[in-house]
Amino acid sequence: MFNKVKMRAEDVNFYYGKNQALKNINLDIYANHVTAMIGPSGCGKSTFIRLFNRMNELVLHTTLKGKISLDDLDINSPLVDAVDIRRRVGMVFQKPNPFPKTIFENISYGLRVNGINDKAFIAQKVEDSLKKAVIWGEVKDRLNDSALKLSGGQQQRLCIARCLAIENEVILFDEPCASLDPISTAKIEELILELKKNYSIVIVTHNMQQAARISDHTGFFLLGELIEFGKTQDIFTAPKDKKTEAYITGRFG
Amino acid sequence: MERHFFDSQLVDLKGDILFMGDLVEESIIDSVGALKQLSRSRAEQVIASDRIIDGWELKIDEECLELLALKQPMAGDLRFITMAMKISTDLERMADLAVDISQRVLELAGKPLLKPLVDIPKLTLLAQEMTRDSLKSFVNRDAELARKIILADRQADDLRDLVQQELLNDYMAKDKATILRAMPLLLVARHLERICDHATNIAEDVIYMIEAKVVKHHQENLD
Repeated sequence: MFNKVKMRAEDVNFYYGKNQALKNINLDIYANHVTAMIGPSGCGKSTFIRLFNRMNELVLHTTLKGKISLDDLDINSPLVDAVDIRRRVGMVFQKPNPFPKTIFENISYGLRVNGINDKAFIAQKVEDSLKKAVIWGEVKDRLNDSALKLSGGQQQRLCIARCLAIENEVILFDEPCASLDPISTAKIEELILELKKNYSIVIVTHNMQQAARISDHTGFFLLGELIEFGKTQDIFTAPKDKKTEAYITGRFG
Repeated sequence: MERHFFDSQLVDLKGDILFMGDLVEESIIDSVGALKQLSRSRAEQVIASDRIIDGWELKIDEECLELLALKQPMAGDLRFITMAMKISTDLERMADLAVDISQRVLELAGKPLLKPLVDIPKLTLLAQEMTRDSLKSFVNRDAELARKIILADRQADDLRDLVQQELLNDYMAKDKATILRAMPLLLVARHLERICDHATNIAEDVIYMIEAKVVKHHQENLD
């Protein structure tokens, strides 16, 4: 039985100028589930995931048709502030992007920008977020060190902690482990499985085995279309569409 | 895009299953041949050859585990490899049952048959046909044939019951002296019926492999 729908894409068509990048996408993101998007390079999965926090607005000459909703709220409504959406829907990118600040400030910055100034509260929030991101033990004695001194895997967990500090409801992961070693990847995957208890997760990944390991639902994209969407166990044992089968068995092309 | 190396490994696995299947078919044919002739030497040959079939089961298990660990197969490939493991187990059990039949022959050798064999040869033929057809359905990916095999299993049960009832009621119940010669025949019927069960298992696995449909234990789901 599926959980409630946290976000929904309805009849989504997206254009970069005249080039149509997404065609008639209909998809639900379930609360407290991990939803994976897979597909070959250029299929539109990163473009699609960026619609969920209006990141594509930062790119010139793009057009969105259709509706993206968050808890039944149309996130592209003129009455909705994109910053408010990004407060609720956070993002972790392929390349870890900590601020060039201390570890502490990387977490506290988001809180201050949102008007929180109570030092004790901020300190507690920093600790809680770093603990939830399973990095507290590694950094608690050097919170004033530059975040840029951390390893790639640590930086990525710091970026996740940043999302947790401002209490995102949905966290979007765009190939979060692409630049990480296997051990760091395993730590991030474990963290994602833990986080889904309290957050709704969407992950774009080139690594099908990763999608199989950690996701509850998987969507296969190809040339801007959603070819198949379903429970991960069904997609990877008995996909309905031949194109899905060809892709996940590595016979694509 | 082809995955030449992986695909050739799958072809090899299929070939190994078929080779093992051929050995098992031979074993069944030899065991029932030994029964017809009450041939001690033929029965002993079946018993001695069983370890070769056991070796094939181990080889196929190892092949499958390696493919699962190293190639991370998905979808149809995953179903094929996991079903290949189960099919090799069923084939190994069928070979064990051929050994059991041969053991019964050793118990019967040197004594006259209690009665002419009527239903046991029918059951024998059915077991051979079901075994051959189950392997055919696997190699040809023939789900329709697999479904026919599953439906034929009922006949095997009926023939076993027929043999059992005749030996129990018409011989063992009436004359205790016949028990020593009747029991082995009764057991042969059971062994042959179990061979048919394993052929049915293979057919069910073939349907899952082709259609991702579970029909085990639910014949009403055959459609």
